Amino acid sequence: MNLLSAKFKLVFDEFIFKVDLEIPIHGFTVLFGPSGSGKTSFLRCISGLERSPEGFLRIGDETWQDEKRGIFVPTSERQIGYVFQETRLFPHLNVEGNLRYGLKRCTPQNGDALFSQVVEIMGLGSLLSRHPVNLSGGEKQRVALARALLTRPRLLLMDEPLAALDAKRKQEILPYFQRIQSELSIPVFYVSHSLNEVLQLVDTLLLMDQGKIVAAGPVEDVFSHPNLERHLGHSLVGTVLGTTVVRQDEEFQLTVLKFNDHILYVPRRDVCPGNRLRVHIRAEDVTLAVAPIEDQTSVLNVLPAQIVEVRSNAEDGCKVDVILDIGCPLLASITRKSLAHLNLQSGQNIYAHIKAIRMAHELD
Amino acid sequence: MNISSLDYQPIFLTLQLAAVTVLVLLVIGVPIAWWLAHTRTRFRPAFEAVVALPLVLPPTVLGFYLLIILGPNGWIGKPVEAMSGSPLSFTFTGLVIASTFYSLPFVVQPLYNAFEAIGKDPLEAAWTLGASKWDAFWTVASPMALRGYITAIVLGFAHTLGEFGVVLMVGGSIPGKTKVLSIEIYERVETLDYSQAHLLSAGLLSFTFLVLLTVYYINRKLPVHVS
Repeated sequence: MNLLSAKFKLVFDEFIFKVDLEIPIHGFTVLFGPSGSGKTSFLRCISGLERSPEGFLRIGDETWQDEKRGIFVPTSERQIGYVFQETRLFPHLNVEGNLRYGLKRCTPQNGDALFSQVVEIMGLGSLLSRHPVNLSGGEKQRVALARALLTRPRLLLMDEPLAALDAKRKQEILPYFQRIQSELSIPVFYVSHSLNEVLQLVDTLLLMDQGKIVAAGPVEDVFSHPNLERHLGHSLVGTVLGTTVVRQDEEFQLTVLKFNDHILYVPRRDVCPGNRLRVHIRAEDVTLAVAPIEDQTSVLNVLPAQIVEVRSNAEDGCKVDVILDIGCPLLASITRKSLAHLNLQSGQNIYAHIKAIRMAHELD
Repeated sequence: MNISSLDYQPIFLTLQLAAVTVLVLLVIGVPIAWWLAHTRTRFRPAFEAVVALPLVLPPTVLGFYLLIILGPNGWIGKPVEAMSGSPLSFTFTGLVIASTFYSLPFVVQPLYNAFEAIGKDPLEAAWTLGASKWDAFWTVASPMALRGYITAIVLGFAHTLGEFGVVLMVGGSIPGKTKVLSIEIYERVETLDYSQAHLLSAGLLSFTFLVLLTVYYINRKLPVHVS
């Protein structure tokens, strides 16, 4: 497996970007964090567009930067693909010219086979002779992605490629991202400040804030990491669950999901049974009850749970965070008053009422 | 007016001077414009001012300094004379050097504006696609700056055609060597040969107008590439 070791430090006027990281690169790694947290700086350092004075970068067995030994491989000689937010297609070349620009410089042999394959995967066959001015935002982004893929990158860097697109276009592009993984198996570093667009894709999450990486790991783990509230932002504090689609309930217009041995109901979604679906449950949307009152509540999803731990909330004095066990950790946020009123204790068996379950793209 | 008696030599000399000057200016001006557009030095305004100087300086002032520098005792004239045996002042080479300074802003500024408008973004994209900096300059920046190149070439050429003061100071009026069109016109007027002066002036006027017209027409047809 390929390892990425990176050590970068950049000093800006009012901001220091500092990263010291070693992680395996495979699948979809998302760099997530608020704007100005250093995500783009990280990508630019990896690509060599930015040079950290005492930096170090190693991918697999290749050292791209080691300032102690005076090594700095220029961007053009690094096997990376870079997809910019503003696409940066060359306006003087048509789509085919843009695609072949990187192809002929990086993939001189068997270029045509790769070209046809990528054009097919990205659905660009009918656009080849068009110029970038005549493409829609989504089409431009697909061309930019294909252009980067044609350089046969060892690592594909994407900097908020969906930020300029509306919700509908985003949904059109996301399947193409999935195909990068399933058909070309190129590892991706993906920068985003909105988790909704990538929650279904992400394998590893790097959470960044104020120029530093504050958490790294599988998305479910990072979300159950304590004290992330101030990094994630209030609305994202909660739990990510990996579920499987069981069936569609046509009568009530619901989709039925399975998670461990639990059944969850969500408003009907166009997903086929058997598909994996990640969902997000906000800590605020989980309420606790000491008795099973399933027939006395309008809440659809009620799960038996055990209290693992009660922690005071650092941000909000009236709230406490309750970590429950439902086969995996589930985070609930309730008031201190309710805690006292119900006299909740660690180890106690209770019922978690889940008021809302959000699909990835419904997060905000 | 008698066209058959017209001395064509100043016309050819002028066209030759303008063509050579533009070539020299492209070799010098493109790197200067590129450097100005991408340098991060805080002295950039000073360099911009130096490049723009010939726009506002009286040609006689420029010509005077050039005469001194290119003359037999000048920084450039002296070593050149020592090597080649002849001075630079009052030669065609001297005229080319003088015209290069004189027309510099007309070539550098359109290129500078074009490179600056393109910015670094498309270049970075080219580097990530495996293009070296040199490669990216030729295959991305230059095609995108095509309008800037055309404007630079034409303005540099047209401006050199009409040069007078600098030529007079540095080149004098040696037939076949340094006597260019504008000086020929001046001399015709001095000798009250108005018909020849008319012919040459009208010719220069219409030629220059046609050249500029062509450029503006081409520029309208070319797409603007701004990132």
